[in-house]
Amino acid sequence: MEICVCVKRVPMVGGAIMVTPDGLEVDTTMSGFTVSPHEECAVEEAVQVAERLGGSVTVLTLGPPEAAGQLRDMLALGASRGILLQTDGAEWGPMATADAIAEAVGGGSVTYDLLLFGNEAADTGGYQVPVRVAHLLGLPCVTGIKGLEVVPAGDRPERILASREYRGTEEVFDLPLPAVVSVKEGINLPRYPSLPGRLRAKRATIETIEPSWEPDGLRKERLRVPAGAGKKAQVLGAGTEAVPALVSLLDELGMLS
Amino acid sequence: MTVLCLIETDAGGGGVDASMRALAVARGLAGSADEELAAAWFGPAEAVSPGELAAAGVGRAWAIGSAELSGYAPLAWARALAGLAADPVTGSAADPAAGPLGGSGWISAIVAAATDHGNEVLAHLGAITGLPMAANCVSAARIAPGKCRLVRQRWAGSLIEDAVLAAPVALLTVAADAVPADAVLADAVLAEVRPAAAGEPAGGGGDAEVSVEVYQPELADGDLTVLAAESADRRSGVSLASARVVVGGGRGVGGPDGFAVLEELAGLLGGVVGVSRVVTSEGWRPHRQQVGQTGTKITPELYLACGISGAIQHMAGCQGAKTIVAINTDSGAPIVTKADYAVIGDLHEVLPALVEAIKARRP
Repeated sequence: MEICVCVKRVPMVGGAIMVTPDGLEVDTTMSGFTVSPHEECAVEEAVQVAERLGGSVTVLTLGPPEAAGQLRDMLALGASRGILLQTDGAEWGPMATADAIAEAVGGGSVTYDLLLFGNEAADTGGYQVPVRVAHLLGLPCVTGIKGLEVVPAGDRPERILASREYRGTEEVFDLPLPAVVSVKEGINLPRYPSLPGRLRAKRATIETIEPSWEPDGLRKERLRVPAGAGKKAQVLGAGTEAVPALVSLLDELGMLS
Repeated sequence: MTVLCLIETDAGGGGVDASMRALAVARGLAGSADEELAAAWFGPAEAVSPGELAAAGVGRAWAIGSAELSGYAPLAWARALAGLAADPVTGSAADPAAGPLGGSGWISAIVAAATDHGNEVLAHLGAITGLPMAANCVSAARIAPGKCRLVRQRWAGSLIEDAVLAAPVALLTVAADAVPADAVLADAVLAEVRPAAAGEPAGGGGDAEVSVEVYQPELADGDLTVLAAESADRRSGVSLASARVVVGGGRGVGGPDGFAVLEELAGLLGGVVGVSRVVTSEGWRPHRQQVGQTGTKITPELYLACGISGAIQHMAGCQGAKTIVAINTDSGAPIVTKADYAVIGDLHEVLPALVEAIKARRP
């Protein structure tokens, strides 16, 4: 089973998110970088499938040269090949990103059995790159998946059963392979990288491609922190002494009737 | 021109809440350029009542259905919407010369709720038509033909993006948790968007007629390859997404055994327990209880956040709560600057005392 997982380098945000003075980017001078959480689970899922059924896992990203660091993080989890679609760091739109990924994984003749993505990037939240890649490659696609089962026919993987919960009902999709699937956190609990894994990742060669692109119709003008951020809570008290005030508040809110 | 909104329907009848909020944003977009508002759903014509549509300001409506399209099929749904938008009478195949959707070009935008279904269907629609798509919009207004000004969420709402979408047909999904529930009825939004429109029919009087037409889509080969099989076993009990009260637990709970008092309090308040990402990453509680950017977005009346620091990832999931009360040992924790009320103290002392105090009030 040959699996390619697409990941994205995003800032690691903790308690607050800051915008650069020009209002166009997240200020990352004080933060590190990671991959979107859904994507870490996609890599874990791919590695588990490859461990179970054989085959190998490729990780692919589109981003600046520094995004090779995120590929190495994923190689340390058990992926064996890393591909960087290198950019100058400008934010690509989803259509251009999908074009570059589809081209890199083989255009019309995909050599992978399964292309895995995270459901949406943590930063831009565009929800569409996997679907656009699937259309460019002529493959079936489903998104938001929290359960994956590969169904073999003989010694070949033939189909997958992909499931998710939607509005209290479980939806199960039966897709022929090759296919494109995006997953959500919760599908598994990603492992910590092992020491041998890290050493292997450090030495691994990252294949680099420099695709070209054009902007699509959605143009970012400005980023801002939502109004209301940075307000201060009214402190009801300290420890158990605050309980009467807390009970009064719950009563006022109509929670105790 | 017309703004078309996809309505997801509830098994019990009517449009789901997220769709009705998406309809409010679609109505704002239509109102910004004196365009018509139309709605479409998959299923029988009677799935959404004419009264519900009229109250939301909808002028025309289509129920999309055919024998082969009984369940949820993302690509087939997108194909059907493309056909309807090209030509609501015949759904004739798109003529590329007539623009991305072909037909008469009567549609200026297609809007859906940013749910798993809404995002997925509009992404397919974008891929079929070659149009850009903007997910998680909070508001939209027409500034010129083929151009919309959008406000959309990034980082699940922790950051707001002002953007311009240039496209002959705008494809938008709406972040439902950012649209207030009281915007769903037409009168509220029309008053806000077009203050000078007095005397025009507001559509909220209930006497407006909305006739629902049935649209039979023409599907292409392979459109039904991906089709949902639904299992009937709905989870019983109150769901996290729709709970009126959520009692949240974070790292401060200390371990899997610490949640008993949170469960007891949630039970007393008629609510459910939610948790932060660290709790699910540690395996203390199942992922389906996670409140946050990568878990569930909640919109309760009351969110009681206990032992939760208030990271961006978590706040993205609970910013739709009406009132947030934090219980935390650290008065400098981010949650204290984001909550409405705070108790500075150890949840292991405060919660048992709170449970006893609530019990003492009840006979």
